[in-house]
Amino acid sequence: MAQIFKPSANSVAKLTLISVVLGVPSLWLAIAGLSRSPANTKVDVPLNQPVPFSHQHHVWELGLDCRYCHTTVEKSSYAGLPSTETCMSCHSQIWTNSPMLEPVRQSYETNTPIQWNLVNKVPQFVFFNHSIHIARGLNCNICHGAVNNMQITWKGNSFQMAWCLQCHRAPERYLHENKTAEGQTPRQQVFNMYWQLQEHGLKDLPEKEKQLADGHFAGSDEAADLEAGKELIKKYGVHTQQLADCSVCHH
Amino acid sequence: MNKQQKLAILGFGALILSGCNTDMWRQPKQEPLDESEFFADHAANRPLVPGTIPRGHLREDDAFFAGAANGKWLDGFPDGVKVDKALLLRGQERFNIYCSPCHGRLGDGQGMIAHRGFSLKRPVGNIHTDRLRKMPVGHFYDVITNGYGAMFSYAARVEPQDRWGIVAYIRALQLSQYAAPQDVPAEEVSKALPAGDLGAAKQETAQADSNTRLAQK
Repeated sequence: MAQIFKPSANSVAKLTLISVVLGVPSLWLAIAGLSRSPANTKVDVPLNQPVPFSHQHHVWELGLDCRYCHTTVEKSSYAGLPSTETCMSCHSQIWTNSPMLEPVRQSYETNTPIQWNLVNKVPQFVFFNHSIHIARGLNCNICHGAVNNMQITWKGNSFQMAWCLQCHRAPERYLHENKTAEGQTPRQQVFNMYWQLQEHGLKDLPEKEKQLADGHFAGSDEAADLEAGKELIKKYGVHTQQLADCSVCHH
Repeated sequence: MNKQQKLAILGFGALILSGCNTDMWRQPKQEPLDESEFFADHAANRPLVPGTIPRGHLREDDAFFAGAANGKWLDGFPDGVKVDKALLLRGQERFNIYCSPCHGRLGDGQGMIAHRGFSLKRPVGNIHTDRLRKMPVGHFYDVITNGYGAMFSYAARVEPQDRWGIVAYIRALQLSQYAAPQDVPAEEVSKALPAGDLGAAKQETAQADSNTRLAQK
């Protein structure tokens, strides 16, 4: 009877073993990498919109306050998108013939909303609330990236749970103050960076704000910052014991 | 491997795979600003039926909600609006958000937008004119609420209480840009200036002040 296995079977067996040992982890890594990559999370991927609205122009160059358009960000779970009327407050007078703004005028004339493409979303079993984050002095850019640099808006962070937990487990890494006047509440401090940026430019911003405006802020591990962050946790009354509980976001 | 074992493995696998769905990600509910297939304009947000009044929110108080009483603009702040530092600071904040883009931080009509292509027959409003200094506060409230000329209504963006805050701050701005040296409390002057310069500075501001008043006449 002839041999069942030819000499080449040795190599095949070795190859099989090696590919199992290497292949399974690399498949694992590939899936893990893909789910975290911009292909899946859409981070840093500019999204086409019916109107090419530039935050850079409106926030940095003109110095409009975030709240001029996102009126409910301080008091509601939703920051709110501006109604067409808000756009037309200025654009009934400025750039009135611009073809870029045609959808805005059309929306105003026909009383139908502009259909923007959603940039930031969390699953519907997550109950995110803007107002509490603003009330604790978290700058918009911490989550949304360098909005002041965006010609077309993109997603600044993945908004995956692991990302949320970075701050919810250690808020002292992110909390800091940018006071420009005595007695300013953390809510008011959130918006200081933007007019400082418009008025003085990037180079004169305080260190943290410079990183924020540049889109390079990812928390701080320096001892002094952590110390200050812990002070702020006490001062602002952040309940760190409950912050990473499931029910805080999934209620 | 017998049939039962195979079935058990298959069943367990099916159970695990049944977790792979996104029903919970996109639930059959509507969130603010969602698109809706149900309504004709495809907006999940519904406008209120005209005339809707939330229980307990009937706006009977004309003085507070319209800035007018008996068909005349209010000349003083309505009851329920206490003009104090807190109101002024709130008004300053709201003014800087919603008014300063056009009217400027001083209210002089020199805001960024006014410099960026507003081509109006009449320039952006300047609150430091004799006409507006004498205008009753109700007028400013009315302008914020209903708009004026090319200015849109800000009723949807600024709540009534905050509108009164802005009006109070407008009055403060008018005062600050039209103040005589004697309006400044002595201790504030000495705080702001080194002691030696006091006399000279006083004279200088008095001179500048009378110049502006002359110019305005």
